[in-house]
Amino acid sequence: MKTLLAALRLALRAIWRSKLRAGLTVLGILIGVAAVVIVVALGTGVRQKVLGEISSLGANIIYVFPQATNASGAKQKETGKLTESDGAAIVKEATSVAEVTPFSSLSAQVVAEDKNAATQVMGTTRSYWRVRDYKFVAGDSWTDTDELLKAKVCVIGDTVRENLFGNTDAVGKYVRIGRYPYRVIGVLAKKGQSPFGEDQDDRLLMPIGSFRARVLPTSPGRIQMLMASATDERTVDRAVQQIELILRQRHNVDPDDEPDFVIRTQAEFRKSQEQIFDSLQVLLSSIAAVSLLVGGIGVMNIMLVSVRERTREIGIRMAIGAGEGDIMTQFLVEAVVLSLIGGLLGLTIGVAVIAVLTQALGWTMDLPVEAIVAALGTSGGIGIVFGFFPARSAARLDPIVALRTD
Amino acid sequence: MSNDPIIELVGVGKDYATEAVVVRALRNVDLTIERGEFLAIVGQSGSGKSTMMNIIGCLDRPTRGRYLLDGIDVTERSNDARAIVRNRLIGFVFQGFNLLPRTTALENVELPLVYRGVSSGDRKARAIKALSQVNLADRMHHTPNQLSGGQQQRVAIARALVTEPPLLLADEPTGNLDTRTSLEVLGLLQELNRKSGITICLVTHEPDIAACASRVVQMRDGRIRSDTRNPQPLNALAALAELPNDGENAVVTQ
Repeated sequence: MKTLLAALRLALRAIWRSKLRAGLTVLGILIGVAAVVIVVALGTGVRQKVLGEISSLGANIIYVFPQATNASGAKQKETGKLTESDGAAIVKEATSVAEVTPFSSLSAQVVAEDKNAATQVMGTTRSYWRVRDYKFVAGDSWTDTDELLKAKVCVIGDTVRENLFGNTDAVGKYVRIGRYPYRVIGVLAKKGQSPFGEDQDDRLLMPIGSFRARVLPTSPGRIQMLMASATDERTVDRAVQQIELILRQRHNVDPDDEPDFVIRTQAEFRKSQEQIFDSLQVLLSSIAAVSLLVGGIGVMNIMLVSVRERTREIGIRMAIGAGEGDIMTQFLVEAVVLSLIGGLLGLTIGVAVIAVLTQALGWTMDLPVEAIVAALGTSGGIGIVFGFFPARSAARLDPIVALRTD
Repeated sequence: MSNDPIIELVGVGKDYATEAVVVRALRNVDLTIERGEFLAIVGQSGSGKSTMMNIIGCLDRPTRGRYLLDGIDVTERSNDARAIVRNRLIGFVFQGFNLLPRTTALENVELPLVYRGVSSGDRKARAIKALSQVNLADRMHHTPNQLSGGQQQRVAIARALVTEPPLLLADEPTGNLDTRTSLEVLGLLQELNRKSGITICLVTHEPDIAACASRVVQMRDGRIRSDTRNPQPLNALAALAELPNDGENAVVTQ
């Protein structure tokens, strides 16, 4: 302990004597540690933001899409049919499903007086607001009657309102899609970007019947997607099983055949997103780690120079009784101190950058304690690993040769 | 002289292998040094005197033969064990002083005690005492480049003495010094030998310096050529007093 303290003092003094050189060496470690720290914090920030948004979509949401199948035997390729009555059947029969919303959409040009905008035109039912948690800032939703009568009414998102009506009141005005005018009866509250980068306010919604009748004419009841919500987050898996069973039966799919629909859950989306983030994080961290490695090589380089410069000093120390262990400790401690200084400065700078980024981006970024410990541990470890060889070469010097060196 | 050898070299030889030939630096040397002797090893360069010094100082190992230091066979000891032997039993004084640069005289003198694990307070007290022995207590906070050659060599002697070793090895200790300073340093060594009974083994190629020793071993071609007792060694301090005083370098010794 005492010798370690003495070695520490010696190391600090040696570093202080060649400030500029030590500073430049430290810079390598500093940049490496700062990079790792920033990447880790950014990673957690992005992950929290996106996964939080996905969860906000509703953790218990289940999506059902039609899927093209190659039925065995007959070589037909047919897109699966998904209908509103599938949805109705699911609501009725699946005990773990709370609600089902049919959904179809089409990119279309929407015109209001002299302005027009390309937007996503969607057909759905009133349950959509609940499932996706949309609120109204002006007007209100359409009614059951509107749905039955395929009324020419619509609800618009904030972006569409902005593009078509600017600052004027939109409710009560008319928009035209194709040949038909639709009365705007409601404006949705702003929702911002979805985790998939889609503007959730750039949309126009109308009753699914109206959509099928005029926007995208298809056979009665056909829809592009069903959004179901499980009764609880924990019943999602059971709900998926029930939906699959019901649809297989309704679509006459053999138990062994591939179904003509796919079921996706929010949890799956979340999982795939998490995987993407994990691999991104690993990639970025390894790039940052390379700079740490380069910093470590810098430390080794400077320690080798230092050992060579102080060969005579080492010889003197050996002559008056320093053992190999003493010399080894002296240079190893110097390398570790050098690296740790870099690590601490890098950590400080990293934390500062994170603070600035948090302000600028408005994200909440986490720097886990483990990351701090790892950053300092790694820089200390780099000192040991890259200091070992120079220290050993110092300890193995022949005192006679070392004393003769100038 | 009592029969209490501190150094016993028995049939010691040392070879250096260069690319082409094997240089036999020492050939079958037998040498016994008694405790309290002031011995000078003389010889021309290449005579093997430095090699012998390195072996006696446990800095080098003999190729053949045995070396007993203070009764301990150190021939086959590990490097670390030899480091401890150097620290405990031997004080070194070199031609080039070999003080750590940018380090105060006090810290230089403390250094051997650091490797002995002496506490810092104790270290300082002993270092100050050793510096007073060489009359440099007032210069203890000076770094080597603030000291004259003679002063630096005295700091080196203090460093060698601080561990109170039984043996002091001096390798051309006056090689870089003028006559007056050389005599000062030699006077100091003689005094130490006389007062503390420390064994001194000094390597030199100058007969004047060797004349101060009580025993002179002459080396040639790796062999001991002559080994003579000097019953009336030259008193360095007396010689110093006889030097024409030109005003510089007033005598420092007490």
